[in-house]
Amino acid sequence: MPLLKARTDDAPGETGEVRFVTLDDWRNLRAATPASNRRLGLRLASDETLDVIGDEIVGDLDRFAAIALEFPRFTDGRAYTTARLLRERHGYRGEIRAVGEVLRDQLLFMSRCGFDAFELAEETDAESLDAALAEISVVYQPAVDERRPAHALRHHLPNERKARGEEDRSGRRSAVPAEDDGISTASPDPVAVAANWAY
Amino acid sequence: MYRYDEFDRTLVAERVAQFRGQVRRRLDGALSEDEFKPLRLMNGLYLQLHTYMLRVAIPYGTLSSRQLRRLAEIARRFDKGYGHFTTRQNIQFNWTRLEDVPDILEALAEVEMHAIQTSGNCIRNVTADPLAGVAGDELTDARVYAEIIRQWSTLHPEFSFLPRKFKIAVSAAATDRAALRVHDIGLRLHRDAGGGLGFEVMVGGGQGRTPVLAKTIRDFLPERDLLSYLEAILRVYNQLGRRDNIYKARIKILVNEIGAAAFAALVEAEWARIKDDVLRLPDEELRRIRAYFAPPPYETLADDDPDPARAARAAPGFADWLRGNVEHHRQPGYAIVTASLKPIGGVPGDATAAQMEGVAEIADHFGFGEVRVTYKQNLVLPDIRKSDLHAVWRALDDLGLATANAGLVTDIIACPGLDYCNLANARSIPIAQRLGERFADLDRQHDLGPITLNISGCINACGHHHVANIGILGVDKKGVEFYQITLGGAADGAGAIGAIVGRAFAEHEVVDAVAAILDVYLSERRPGERFVETYRRVGLAPFKEKLYAPA
Amino acid sequence: MPLKVITANRLIDGRVVYLTRANDWSRRLADAWPAEDEAEAARLLDLAEAHVRARRVIGVYAFPVVRADGGLAPVSQRERIRTFGPSLEWPPMARGA
Repeated sequence: MPLLKARTDDAPGETGEVRFVTLDDWRNLRAATPASNRRLGLRLASDETLDVIGDEIVGDLDRFAAIALEFPRFTDGRAYTTARLLRERHGYRGEIRAVGEVLRDQLLFMSRCGFDAFELAEETDAESLDAALAEISVVYQPAVDERRPAHALRHHLPNERKARGEEDRSGRRSAVPAEDDGISTASPDPVAVAANWAY
Repeated sequence: MYRYDEFDRTLVAERVAQFRGQVRRRLDGALSEDEFKPLRLMNGLYLQLHTYMLRVAIPYGTLSSRQLRRLAEIARRFDKGYGHFTTRQNIQFNWTRLEDVPDILEALAEVEMHAIQTSGNCIRNVTADPLAGVAGDELTDARVYAEIIRQWSTLHPEFSFLPRKFKIAVSAAATDRAALRVHDIGLRLHRDAGGGLGFEVMVGGGQGRTPVLAKTIRDFLPERDLLSYLEAILRVYNQLGRRDNIYKARIKILVNEIGAAAFAALVEAEWARIKDDVLRLPDEELRRIRAYFAPPPYETLADDDPDPARAARAAPGFADWLRGNVEHHRQPGYAIVTASLKPIGGVPGDATAAQMEGVAEIADHFGFGEVRVTYKQNLVLPDIRKSDLHAVWRALDDLGLATANAGLVTDIIACPGLDYCNLANARSIPIAQRLGERFADLDRQHDLGPITLNISGCINACGHHHVANIGILGVDKKGVEFYQITLGGAADGAGAIGAIVGRAFAEHEVVDAVAAILDVYLSERRPGERFVETYRRVGLAPFKEKLYAPA
Repeated sequence: MPLKVITANRLIDGRVVYLTRANDWSRRLADAWPAEDEAEAARLLDLAEAHVRARRVIGVYAFPVVRADGGLAPVSQRERIRTFGPSLEWPPMARGA
């Protein structure tokens, strides 16, 4: 199944060597795994939501190069919350990967919630994915991504996150310039965004 | 009313293009029906009994005359010349074609309308008091907040795949005309002791298989905290709502299972972590939206009501209509007019293209170009000068929209039922028609006083039968249509779920059964007592006795 | 087993259609190919599923009919409505008590 990822400053392919473990595995491995091991990934089932298991893993997040969140059916939307909390509440900067029934038409929502890698159900090329992400350029609500909601742009409000010195929490260092105050929400340059995708 | 700016227009236009692409990919085979279905549902497109049905959003039930004309045009061009207004203040077109829907959406986008999230497991059309802005008992215009919620909930990335559908209603009036207690979230604006504006937050109301009234989880939520609090509720629901059984997936089940107090605690805990963050609505945006709901340029007029006696002499029908369909307006000299979509023998909530255009014309000529859609499936002309009432009545009468039964027993709420709907077990429209015919006499209707009579064609309760004074539920008994009657429901105030009166009635028995129920009311009532008050006092027993007494 | 016909909705416009002897789809119930037994019904459903894969129809299922008035008539109220349209448009005698 094709795995597409947003490019990061890490060497391409690095996170491709991640070994994923389930939460149960992790419980068994944790004590024995050296803190220097950064090649692990954590794979969470859709019912392993942060309100239930958050306390257990929050302290370990920097041990995982990637966290895979399952969509057993694409209609099971719990992982959108999990991804968002991992980014916004717990500052997780590694890869968040959508696995399971992952369809092109959910990419925009997933990306806005902090997913930056997608194990797609079927063959899709980078252009289709860029197109999927560019389909809707206006957003009404703040989320993980850097896009500012319409109401902030309407009134040229200062970027609160920037003012607080918060970095891009989507984990994705993209070629798309972060929104500046008052500048319109033009769709990201397709060439720049395409360059972000790596297999 | 709210007008789109470039951001709103862009979003809706992009959404149309997105759906056009999705339809193409469906027809090309890139998307299976399983993959396409949630996408078309999130654009309001159902596969119904006869064909595709498109549900168009009418945010908090407010329409401009231009929008109403466009709906008429769509009915003519793409459908069979009529539309159906629903209990969620939306409009449904019953006879659409998949291949036409992108063009329909484009036609809607041109007049600042859409069908976004009118179905699917996401936040649906936010409904509000249909008399917002004009009612005398209102604190402030509830639609300001409905619009704020509408924008926040549109294409919300975290909450587009909820366990189940999610319905929010807003009211700012003493009388609840928005059925807050049977919504997933009901919001009642009021002032605290210090005079600050805020919301009573009710959660977990709903009908269907398991009707339940919403519980108040917070008495007062300051205005500014509205969106962050809603986000907290939705986040708790998204994580904890059941995913294994669609019949147990609504938030009402969750609130019931863990208890309102426990649910409130979870919400408050989540809210505490996000309340001072980016969802605090900026004052500038609140002011911007509020400005759209400023009162229209009312004239300063004497507040003289038309003399009913003179009216009766001018035309008997006019006096009846004044009595029934005209309500007090907060602005002196003006009135609120109900254009009834419940003609005797007609289909509740349906309007032809000609009728829609006629109402738009009246709104332009006699009002400020605005029309409302009510929870009871009627249309309202919210700003009519009292001196124009006779002319407006004549115009509505010409259109067949002057049936003087607003709030009376023949002002029936009915779902489309088995005549149109894939989910239905029985027909509801013919029952509504025959009930209308039996109780048509206006003097009798006024004697019976305000009564809500609602009909649902199946347990999903889209006709809101659970919260009607007299509720009728269509059921299927071995392939034959039967009707179960409930009594004592109420959609306003504290709300009430109706009680089943006894075994179901055959189709040919229903009208007589309702007549018997009304006879019991007339014989039991004390002076001035409305139907529901008599019921609360005497209970089910007298009704059961009359209905099921051995012959 | 009562007679059964296969029905579906056309993908492109949603209209109700029935599977015919020619393995095609007609708007008219009279053209439908009635299956006389379970095996035949199953075979016709398979044919119909091929049409789903070919993106011509969706929502395929079988429902019982009887022979009447020289043609076929649905047995259930739901299928009667689906075949003849909303009952409000039927002649008064056909609508019910």
